[in-house]
Parts: sequence; structure tokens; C-alpha cells
Amino acid sequence: MEVILIFISAVLVNNFVLSYFLGICPFIGVSNRIESASSMGFAVTFVLTLSAAITWLINHYILIAFKVPFLEYVAFIIVIASLVQFVEMFIRKTSKTLYDALGIYLPLITTNCAILGLALFGALREYSFIQNIVFGIGAGLGFTLALVIMAGIREELDLADVPQPLKGAAITLILAGLLALAFMGFAGLISA
Amino acid sequence: MPNMDGTNKVGAFGEFIKGFWKENPILVMLLGMCPTLAVTTSAINGLTMGLAVLFVLTGSSLIVSVVRNIVPKQVRIPTFIVIIATFVTMVDLFLKAFLLDLSKALGPFIPLIVVNCIILGRAEAFASKNTVWRSLLDAIGVSLGFTVTLVFLGGIREILGMKTFFGKSVLGEGFDPWVIMLLPPGAFITLGFMLGAKNLIDRKMKEKKKE
Repeated sequence: MEVILIFISAVLVNNFVLSYFLGICPFIGVSNRIESASSMGFAVTFVLTLSAAITWLINHYILIAFKVPFLEYVAFIIVIASLVQFVEMFIRKTSKTLYDALGIYLPLITTNCAILGLALFGALREYSFIQNIVFGIGAGLGFTLALVIMAGIREELDLADVPQPLKGAAITLILAGLLALAFMGFAGLISA
Repeated sequence: MPNMDGTNKVGAFGEFIKGFWKENPILVMLLGMCPTLAVTTSAINGLTMGLAVLFVLTGSSLIVSVVRNIVPKQVRIPTFIVIIATFVTMVDLFLKAFLLDLSKALGPFIPLIVVNCIILGRAEAFASKNTVWRSLLDAIGVSLGFTVTLVFLGGIREILGMKTFFGKSVLGEGFDPWVIMLLPPGAFITLGFMLGAKNLIDRKMKEKKKE
């Protein structure tokens, strides 16, 4: 039951982009077209799930076991950077189609704060191994959902008459605000 | 943008001042958006975040520009990230030791400075190519520009959302606080209009120059 709650909370109620502000850079940068938005979302979900598993193991079997929690940030960021590199090499060797689909989005993920944010939130909330993985999948799907909705709106926006100074990033941020307002409606799903 | 790649020579003062308006990290380069939106529920949170970034950016720019000729090109990004993560750990431990309330309010957004693109961006684009002195000026200028913008954004949200500024009451009894300003939508919308206002001012100034 608790696992389902974590999942729904990560996808809808505490959406990583719209209520934790994690992963805003790709959210603004890659939300022009639905196609690229869904590729990016897919890549991020993949890496989030993997890194949820690995950072949990690192945290419990190395950092806590050897009593060096102050190395948390350094350890997590090294793990994430090398994980992204490794995933990229692995996909290039095994699946050409997948590699072409993800393209340039994979290396960009290292500096996506959603990945490090997930590792930190997971450690802070003391999730179990399974809970942490579900949290990772949920956060990834929530990110994809927000990104794809935003891309859909921005494709329509090309036809709209936006005031000159608000064109570009400004109107995207205002739209994100309205979207966040809509997502607040999900808050009633879970009583914290 | 003249010296994004750090090759164009401008005076020391120009290096320092550009971060405030012309190359403002938030309003022009759209870097470091996560902490910008997340922590600016009040002016004091914005100020703390800005100063934390000031320390990390200055420290890491100093070290990066000192070691830039020793580090092999292939491993420079991991090296930079480890340097940055070390400085962030220092800030985090400092805040936990001396300013526990603020540390709790900022939560995981202090450790998230590690992946703040402003810092890696400055390390990669500027400090790895310039002398120690210029890198320091650049780092301090950019992070002060970041701080001022954060305080401004936090100030607007705090005044409209809680009727206070740095904890002091500023609006009278008659004003109903807009709670939405403290919630995520308020952050997005306020920053969106700030970007719009900057574009508008830029355009007006350009028109004036032409006349």
C-alpha cells in the first residue's frame, strides 16, 4: 500500500518539476516538440530508476556502513556521472535504435538536478530498497508527464499572439506556473 | 554576449559588473533555475542561497583556475564536479553548525548547488581558460548578480505572500496576503514576469539609444 502511495505522490502530487522545481533546465530547454520531450522523459526515467537502485546501495553499504555520511554529495555525484556515461556506452553497444532515439539527451542528464535530488530525497526519507526504486520510476514518469504536457502547450503557442517582451522563456515560465496550479488540484489525493 | 568564451578582453571592472545585468545568470542565461524557484519563498532564504553560491563559486573558480594547466582535458569535468562538491559540503556543514533554522528551510537545495549549472558553467567556460584574478572577479560578479536577483524575487513573493520583507511587516492591515505566491505556481509566474520586465526595459533602452 505504501509503495502505491509513494508512486502516486511522485507522479502527481509532488511532481518533481512542478512542485519540487527539479529538472527545470531540460523542462524549459527541451519542451519545444512533443517528440523530443518524450525521448528526454524516457531517458530520464531510465536513469532515475537505475540511479535510485545504485545510490541506495552506495548509501547503505558504503556511506552508512563506514560511517562517512559527510561524503554523501561527492559520492552521489560521482556515481551519477559515471552511471550516465556507462548507460550511454551500454546502449550504444546493444541497441542502435534506442541510442539514436535518446541521442544527445543522455549526456545532458548528468547535470539534471532531478537525479541528484532523487538520491538526496531517498536518503533523507529513509526509504527501503523497493520503495526507493518505485520512487525513482514515479519521479521519472511525473517528469515525462509534465514535459510532454508542456511541449503540447508550446506547440499550440506557436500560433498564439504573445506580447513581444514575454516571448520565449518568460511565457514558458508563466505557463509552467498555470500548470503547477492545475497540478495542485491533485493534492487532495493523499493526506500527508 | 561578448566574452562567454573568455577570449574577449574587457577591463577588470567590466568583468565584475557584467553579471548584474548584461549576463545575469538567471534572467539572461537561464542558469540555476531550480534553486531560484525553490528557495525564494522569502528574501532571507534568497539571500542565504545567494551567499552560499557566492562562496562555492568563488572557491571553486579559484581552485579550477589554479589547476587548469595540470588537469588533463579528458577528466576535467569530473575533476571540476569533485572540487565543487567539496565546497558545497563545506557550506552545508557550516550552515548546519551555525544557522540550523535556515539550513532546514533550504533543505536539499543546498546540496543541489553541486549540479547548479551556473557553477559548472563558469568553471568550464571561464575559470578553466582565464587567470586566477580574472576568474575571481568573474565568479564574484556573477554570483552577486545571482544573489541580487534571488533577493528581488524572494522579496516580491514575501511581500505579496506574507506582507513582510526580511521578516518586517510592510503592508498595512487592509491587504489580504496572496498565499499562492508562496506556493510553486507563484514562483513560476513571478519569475516569468520578471523576465518579461527585463526584456521590456532592454527594448526601451535600445530605442532610446537609437534616437
